[in-house]
Amino acid sequence: MNETNKMKLTYDVVSGDFDRAGEASSAIKRLLQRLGIPADIIRRIAIGTYEAEMNVIIHAGGGVVMAEISPESTIIVVTDKGPGIPDIEQAKQEGWSTAPDYIRQMGFGAGMGLPNMIKCSDRIDIASEVNEGTKITMEFKHADKV
Amino acid sequence: MIKLREVASKLGARILLGEEQMEREVVSACGADLMSDVLTFTKCKTLLLTGLTNVQVIRTAELSDLCAVVFVRGKIPGKDVIQAAKDRDMPLLVTCYTLFEACGRLYEMGIEGCPPKVYDNE
Repeated sequence: MNETNKMKLTYDVVSGDFDRAGEASSAIKRLLQRLGIPADIIRRIAIGTYEAEMNVIIHAGGGVVMAEISPESTIIVVTDKGPGIPDIEQAKQEGWSTAPDYIRQMGFGAGMGLPNMIKCSDRIDIASEVNEGTKITMEFKHADKV
Repeated sequence: MIKLREVASKLGARILLGEEQMEREVVSACGADLMSDVLTFTKCKTLLLTGLTNVQVIRTAELSDLCAVVFVRGKIPGKDVIQAAKDRDMPLLVTCYTLFEACGRLYEMGIEGCPPKVYDNE
């Protein structure tokens, strides 16, 4: 890849489809592996994207995962038209969750999603409007040039 | 160096998948039913012991670069879960030990928690 050769991919995330949950993250991971991005950085991107993807499936009525890969970085933008986050600072707290019980029985909804996205990414921007939706932008810098 | 085959033997585990990957090295392990915690705290190439048997376990293992999954309490996952693991080269073991007992047995072998603790509070 060179400067003018950015890759941009989008994946639809279907609400409530837990069997396919993680497919977008998995596809992005495999692509980054083919591009030769270091494994520890791919791991952070995969986990951050999966957390965001799960959030869309759990809380919002579906959404879109977009990946923009350049030689320097991967930018993941996850958008949904869900209920929005009324208090973003509260949602950033570890353990804060509004997920229903059946989600917890699946091993999620522990209130670690947003904190983990913050931990995994080099930069994160969370924009949300109640009853309109949420847009999460995460940037992951590639330590080594591709 | 402890291999997956020795782990299977110590746990009296049935190898559901990945017979040809039993030479994989196991340096650390984590026991959890909460995939959120696995995603947050584990380091790569660790072994996951869990009582959860849904497809999210396989997805979590794949995306976190885990080396294998051990299902505890004799729980055997469904065909769809086994197929998902097969597609991702993820070895699957089943042991009849409880989570606590299985983790204890592996710790006794010299396998450490991954991570041993999450925050340094000392």
